[in-house]
Amino acid sequence: MSVTKKTLKAPAKGLPLPKELLLQMLDLMIKSRVLEERLIKIYKAGESYFWIGGPGEEAWGVPLGLLVNKGRGHKHDYLHLHYRCSPTLVAMGMPMIDSVRIMMNRATDTSTGGKNFSNHFCYPEWNVTPVSSPIEVQYQMAIGTAWAQRRENKANTKTKGVTIVTGGDAGSAEGDFASCLVWSSRKGYELPILITVQNNKWGISTAYEGQHGEKSVADRGKAFNMRTEVINGNDPIETYIKLKEILEYIRREGKPVLLEATTSRLYGHSSASGASPIPEVDCNREFSMRLMEWGLITEKEIAAITERYETEAREAQELARTEPVPQPEDIWKHIYANNENADWRKF
Amino acid sequence: MANMAQAVRMALHVGEEHLGVKDIFGQDVGAPLGGVFTATQGLKTAWNTPLDERGIIGCAMGIAMTGDRCVAEIQFCDYIFNTVDLLKIAGNTLWVSHGNYNMPLVVKTPVGAGIRGSVYHSHSFDAWATRLPGWKVVMPSNPLDAYGLMLSAIEDPNPVLFLEPKALLRVRGEELLPGEPSDERELKAMIDAPLGDRSKWKPRWPKLDETFRVPIGKAKITREGDRATVVSYGRMLTLCNRAADELKAEGCAVEVIDLRSLYPYDWQTVRASILKTKRVLFVNEDTEVTNFGEHLSYRVTQELFYDILARPRLLAGKNVPGVGLHPNYEDSSVPQYKEIVEEIRALIAEVP
Ligand SMILES: Cc1ncc(C[n+]2csc(CCOP(=O)(O)OP(=O)(O)O)c2C)c(N)n1
Repeated sequence: MSVTKKTLKAPAKGLPLPKELLLQMLDLMIKSRVLEERLIKIYKAGESYFWIGGPGEEAWGVPLGLLVNKGRGHKHDYLHLHYRCSPTLVAMGMPMIDSVRIMMNRATDTSTGGKNFSNHFCYPEWNVTPVSSPIEVQYQMAIGTAWAQRRENKANTKTKGVTIVTGGDAGSAEGDFASCLVWSSRKGYELPILITVQNNKWGISTAYEGQHGEKSVADRGKAFNMRTEVINGNDPIETYIKLKEILEYIRREGKPVLLEATTSRLYGHSSASGASPIPEVDCNREFSMRLMEWGLITEKEIAAITERYETEAREAQELARTEPVPQPEDIWKHIYANNENADWRKF
Repeated sequence: MANMAQAVRMALHVGEEHLGVKDIFGQDVGAPLGGVFTATQGLKTAWNTPLDERGIIGCAMGIAMTGDRCVAEIQFCDYIFNTVDLLKIAGNTLWVSHGNYNMPLVVKTPVGAGIRGSVYHSHSFDAWATRLPGWKVVMPSNPLDAYGLMLSAIEDPNPVLFLEPKALLRVRGEELLPGEPSDERELKAMIDAPLGDRSKWKPRWPKLDETFRVPIGKAKITREGDRATVVSYGRMLTLCNRAADELKAEGCAVEVIDLRSLYPYDWQTVRASILKTKRVLFVNEDTEVTNFGEHLSYRVTQELFYDILARPRLLAGKNVPGVGLHPNYEDSSVPQYKEIVEEIRALIAEVP
């Protein structure tokens, strides 16, 4: 951290959020970043085939993870995430080892059993539906969980689960994004759904400008009479405050919101583009500096947090190395529920 | 006797009342129309979706992820093709999530030719459907099986594709559904929506046996015989039955098997019949290249090669881009009754 001079000054109007929360967010942002950097190291050491993930989205993802109503079933929030959502899962309480196990395709990976790429999470106990590689399909499935929640929220007014869906800016060109807007905003059938776009200004290598005529993706929601917001997803304070209010609105009104958060892509698209640092706004750095300026934390303390998580991440890798890998016969498991036979040779 | 559309409708009603179905949806599926083939008339959970097939499948997947039961309709299978990647995901979600997320959903869709439906109301989907691992695929050939298979499909914890041979949807069955009134006019008065204003209409559902099932994965021998085996499903099955009756009148007994479930399929019944007759013909109307019948005949050559007396045959749709409207197009594209009879005769006449 390059800040040496500390002003030790709280902002004039007092802290925008409780001190404990600010420190908790920074802690989780560091944890998430360290975890992703460990995954990149695992890739570069040749211990995995591919990396894709969310460094640069911590300021957006951590507040989201802290604000979701976590649990299983209609009463809780459903999450339809994409492959950059590690900060959200870390904030929800995911142990680092879970992510490392996916990265190293261990049999112990509870999200995919060693079948899928990094950050393809699945936690039914938290309503985190499986992250899937095809861009934008999650915006279609989100319609269904939101529909089921709308039905249950109406039947039981104490139930206020909402659906949250995430994805990138380039992906919003897919028809699935339009489907989500159409189905969420039908008059009299509005869905309790937070439709989000993390705008990092890039597809893989295609710039935002080359793909979009609309000024902001969020503007598209206006045609559907839904509330829209554009927030600075590099600022965890703004994100937390706005997200909190928006989620309360959706729970209260049962109506959709389209929210666009600007984010960074700090290690490029994926390992396919090198997974090397890219000079963009680094939300962790900025937030660290701010909290140091406010006298809430020192550089030394930040270094200690970072080191603690680095140790945890390294130990997770060391443990995962010793764990069993999937076996050839496992290809036939879980094709049908209750492991009913799906091999035609045995019909 | 109920027709197949009425049978499906009654099964869906039982699904709503007894099997936890909370949503039945698709284009024009709700009131006032109740589906372009009337299969969803009068159902209390039926609703109209936007005209968006991907949304329909995605919505069904999301509902299934919550554990709720739903039945989604694609109005014609000709319009299901833009959802294929979602169907792939519905089929692989349990597997890829390592057993975490079941996909208990039913997608029903009318398939096949036979109503002069031209290029975009005549497609088949059975060959495509059998390339969607994780799905179960069923296709009834009569109202009773439609009733029993739909109930099994709703109950199944996996995604089930329920293919409705569209030319059979208005055809009456030969057997009563358990509990169905014996007078078909009475049934019609009870459950068919009236023409004109339907805003005050409510169906009176007959008390059907809600425990009746046709298990998924079980074929049915519809004609017994020892000279050859014919395996089919859907509309083609009814033509195969007729062909067997014609040949029977000539003293030639042909065994016909209604596969009913394409995946998982009842190999034991097919195998036992082929071992008895030593000759087999597969009949379906999807296009012939990488056709599901090719898989079945491949399996026959692999497992029963030294037991049979003739090469296994497949009669399927010609590998052309579509079914044209003029009868000369349709009749030259999809298997016709006469061709089936000729193919069976040739199969029986083949000398090893
Ligand atoms: C349907 C589909 N098309 C193409 C791809 C390949 N692909 C993976 S990520 C990506 C770019 C996505 O960009 P964006 O939606 O902006 O999200 P970001 O990766 O920038 O967060 C592409 C083209 C894919 N996975 N799925």
